[in-house]
Amino acid sequence: MENSTIQDITSSIESKFPNCVITTDSYGMSNIVCSRESIIDLVGHLKHDLGFGFLTDICGAHYPLSENQEFQVVYHIHNLYKNVRLRLKVNLATADLAIPTMVNLFPAANWMERETFDFYGIIFEGHPDLRRILNMEDMDYHPLRKEYALEDETRSDKKDSFFGR
Amino acid sequence: MVNIVEQPEGHEGQGFFATSMDKAIGLARANSLWPLPFATSCCGIEFMATMSANYDLARFGSERLSFTPRQCDLLMVMGTISKKLGPVLKQVYDQMAEPKWVLSVGACACTGGIFDTYSVLQGIDKIIPVDVYVPGCPPRPEQIIEGLMKIQELAKNESLRRRNSDEYQKMLESYNIETTK
Repeated sequence: MENSTIQDITSSIESKFPNCVITTDSYGMSNIVCSRESIIDLVGHLKHDLGFGFLTDICGAHYPLSENQEFQVVYHIHNLYKNVRLRLKVNLATADLAIPTMVNLFPAANWMERETFDFYGIIFEGHPDLRRILNMEDMDYHPLRKEYALEDETRSDKKDSFFGR
Repeated sequence: MVNIVEQPEGHEGQGFFATSMDKAIGLARANSLWPLPFATSCCGIEFMATMSANYDLARFGSERLSFTPRQCDLLMVMGTISKKLGPVLKQVYDQMAEPKWVLSVGACACTGGIFDTYSVLQGIDKIIPVDVYVPGCPPRPEQIIEGLMKIQELAKNESLRRRNSDEYQKMLESYNIETTK
């Protein structure tokens, strides 16, 4: 991967989306933090103008201590022509856990968004079929939020000390 | 002459042999158990070893695996059962005809094992009755064979009326399993 390619991409993003914060992590991968209002336009720009045609993954994250940005949706996107990867992050507040869906840009986002909804309860607005995908349909909480015990409540023969707790 | 199974207790004379129905039927059941393998993970791999030439479950009359519950006598649950899979396992158990036995193989099937977490059933005995538990993570084929031999003992010595007893019906009801009575 040439540095000039990365610079071309970041300068293109910076000029079109001045509110995005672009940083580089210790592995040399670029992170872009943007707002939920601009994420669809940003990914559209990346897909149509900059050759990022492959949505690798969508996932969620929960940071209960960071105020008003407790949740994060993380997109991994890949330019297969130049072998450049980008990580896009959108912060969300607990009170307003909604973000527009990416299904219209990448049909593959359908199940990834369902998974993120399943585990974090993040609502993807405009999603055609937003229901649980991996957990039981009648589960009444979103298990990867850091507000629930990881242990199962129905366990009857396990001692915490055997599990390093 | 190869002695395939021990002859049950009974009265023997010239040209006849008399024993009780319990023993004759128990003998037949115990030596022709048809297992239904419900294998989800590494314990299933150990089960495959148990079935194959080295350990050879066929020696116990159990070489005939059946993948339809309606033909099976023995449900062998091997591996982690997630909560989402729980109703499926219960339905498989429901579809089996009496008499039926359940062998729970491995730590996960018995107690949930290391998976003490929201998505994993903490032991299949939360949803279906289990006859024999085989501990281990995963258990060696020898252990699975011993589990099967314990099931054979149960089948051999079970009273023919046991499945109709009130006690048995109550046990099924405690699992919310519909009874035929």
